[in-house]
Amino acid sequence: MESENLIAETTRRILGDLADPQAINKAGEAWKPPAWSALEEAGLTLAWVPEDLGGAGAGIADGFAVLREAGRFAAALPLAETLLAGWLLSRAGIAVPKGAMTIGPTRDGERLKLAANGSLSGALRSLPFAKDAGHLAVLARRDGAGIAVALLDARQGRISDGTSIGGDPLNAVTFDAVRPLAVKEAPAGVDEQALLLMGAAARSMQMSGALEAILDLAVAYANERVAFERPIAKFQAVQHNLARLAGETAAALAAAGSAADAIANAETFDEAVFLEAASAKIRVGEAATEGAAIAHQVLGAIGFTQEHTLHRYTRRLWAWRDDFGSESAWAVKLGHLVAAKGADGLWPMLAAR
Amino acid sequence: MATELTFDPVRLPPECQTLRQEVRTFLAKEIEVGTFTADGGGIDGAYSEEFSRKVGAKGWIGMTWPKKYGGRERSFLERYVVTEEFRVANAPVRLHFVADRQSGPVIIRYGSERVKADVLPRICRGEVCFAIGMSEPNSGSDLFAAKTRATKTKGGWLVNGTKIWTSNAHQAHYLIGLFRTSAPTKENRRHGLTQFVVDMKTPGITVNPIYQMTGLHDFNEVVFQDAFMPDDHVLGEVDGAWKQATSELAYERSGPERFLETFYVLQELVRVLGDKPDTRGAEGIGRLVAQVHALRRMSVSVAGMLHAGKEPVVEAAIVKDVGTIWEQKLPHRARDLAAFVEAGSANRASFEEQLQFATMIAPKLTIQGGTTEVLRGIIARGLGLR
Repeated sequence: MESENLIAETTRRILGDLADPQAINKAGEAWKPPAWSALEEAGLTLAWVPEDLGGAGAGIADGFAVLREAGRFAAALPLAETLLAGWLLSRAGIAVPKGAMTIGPTRDGERLKLAANGSLSGALRSLPFAKDAGHLAVLARRDGAGIAVALLDARQGRISDGTSIGGDPLNAVTFDAVRPLAVKEAPAGVDEQALLLMGAAARSMQMSGALEAILDLAVAYANERVAFERPIAKFQAVQHNLARLAGETAAALAAAGSAADAIANAETFDEAVFLEAASAKIRVGEAATEGAAIAHQVLGAIGFTQEHTLHRYTRRLWAWRDDFGSESAWAVKLGHLVAAKGADGLWPMLAAR
Repeated sequence: MATELTFDPVRLPPECQTLRQEVRTFLAKEIEVGTFTADGGGIDGAYSEEFSRKVGAKGWIGMTWPKKYGGRERSFLERYVVTEEFRVANAPVRLHFVADRQSGPVIIRYGSERVKADVLPRICRGEVCFAIGMSEPNSGSDLFAAKTRATKTKGGWLVNGTKIWTSNAHQAHYLIGLFRTSAPTKENRRHGLTQFVVDMKTPGITVNPIYQMTGLHDFNEVVFQDAFMPDDHVLGEVDGAWKQATSELAYERSGPERFLETFYVLQELVRVLGDKPDTRGAEGIGRLVAQVHALRRMSVSVAGMLHAGKEPVVEAAIVKDVGTIWEQKLPHRARDLAAFVEAGSANRASFEEQLQFATMIAPKLTIQGGTTEVLRGIIARGLGLR
């Protein structure tokens, strides 16, 4: 499967060369510009932008595959954010700038306002990588009705300092009646919830990749580490913990992969896409909680050090749970949908594909 | 990744969804005419000759098998759809389910031509029930410790010993038994066991009931005293059953019955919490739905791999491990979420009834067909830890 996917392979090669967690763990930030440039030159940062709008014109499924790869490296780069921004801008017909971007709103219930005079106002509490972004792509509500897509220069917003539990920038951004670089009507069916669904699927892919990586790390460590005169992998308690980690990783891979596939093949963000992407974010988030705990338990004290790379994955797994809707936020929405359809509507919804 | 787990996004093809509608129409009609009841969570897959014969007439038993044995040569994914619709409807499939899922496929692969021609068409018609005779009083999860002996005699074998925890044995027409035909060797403790198709009418077989904690009769003790097995009832290689045991288990482990056994509790929970649950209720339902959705995607993904001729042994073990843990916890989680629904409110009584039953059967879910501990051992081996 993977070997057929050239774009995912390219991502793996670039990140393997320039963003290997072991190599960059103590290297500060210096690795970031070359890694980003390489991704950009390969067209990966704008994979979801058609060629005529400045992108690589790859498919939706390919872009999600890139994100799973990036998750396997716990890549501390605004790759998902830039992909999503490019997707939103190009769907609205706005030419996409070069460089790192981020996207909003990323939390449920947040709304920006676009006044009749064309000025944009409002606050977004937590935009991933806003500090590192050159441009922002946002959805905003028009005074009367309608939703617009706006492209802004990052310097147009007041950007707070802030860091996620993953150690990456997570910033509040405030706009005080600024004039966007470009504004277009949002394409039909694309609203704040659709953006959250797209983001939820993107984060789910990153997280499932990170879970694959910590499963690998934990298995390798258990086979190497000797205690009580044998590798700890030989202890049944450790084996069963790792089997559970494999189970959580499997659930994450299945749920995220299915959501990405559903979006790639859907016309609109309909109820089927909602079930897929919301379920993925919930289940993958739960897997992140369980999985990170198990990996840390297996690695013991060394896994708790700055020196070891495990934290690069686990801290981002924890952080990514919150972006584009937490498990709890999506579960409440999904629960209300299921309740409204009624008990007898549940199975037909689950078995629709 | 060194440890590659494959769960590709498999979609059921259009012919499956057409078939699904056909199955739902059939089930609705059978409920209407009273073959079984729609609210039957509590019946746990009852035994119904009438229902199984009707399913057989539809061509939905042995549906993937060769036509010359009564099968329909339909796809594994089509069988998947039939299985999950029956499971969710709590249809009374007990008579034919084991034969359809595992006994028939083993016979197709390892049975003599005479047994195939005799038994398989009757399975397909919904006429014969199979039991699985693996466990013994001192050999449960450790199958290779089996002691029930088959001793060579003229034209066949004489079996002596006792099988236990044998579901359906009191109703079964046949049993697939695992018997010791030689001693294990020093090099291979799995050597020396042979599988047989056992006709339950054979003189020398006694079935004693063992009632379960639910009050139902499902388990049995099966005692063999000089029971004669003809040579052509041997399945596969004498002394070589261990080579035959693993591949069909992927079918057994990853099916929809491995996470839908208590699904009715989730449906009744949705019913009892109503169309406008509070935040706690909504979040609880949402998480459960996300979990069962993910399990179904995992299970369909494994079905897709089986359909493509692969043997995803580790992935199948993962589906059963994660799926049975989930369906086992579900009644308890539903109880928590319904804790503040008032006693006299709509649907509370039927919810309680279903919950009671599901809570009582839940402990078996992580034991039958491979315990959690055995499954995690298989997964650990797949990860390269053993």
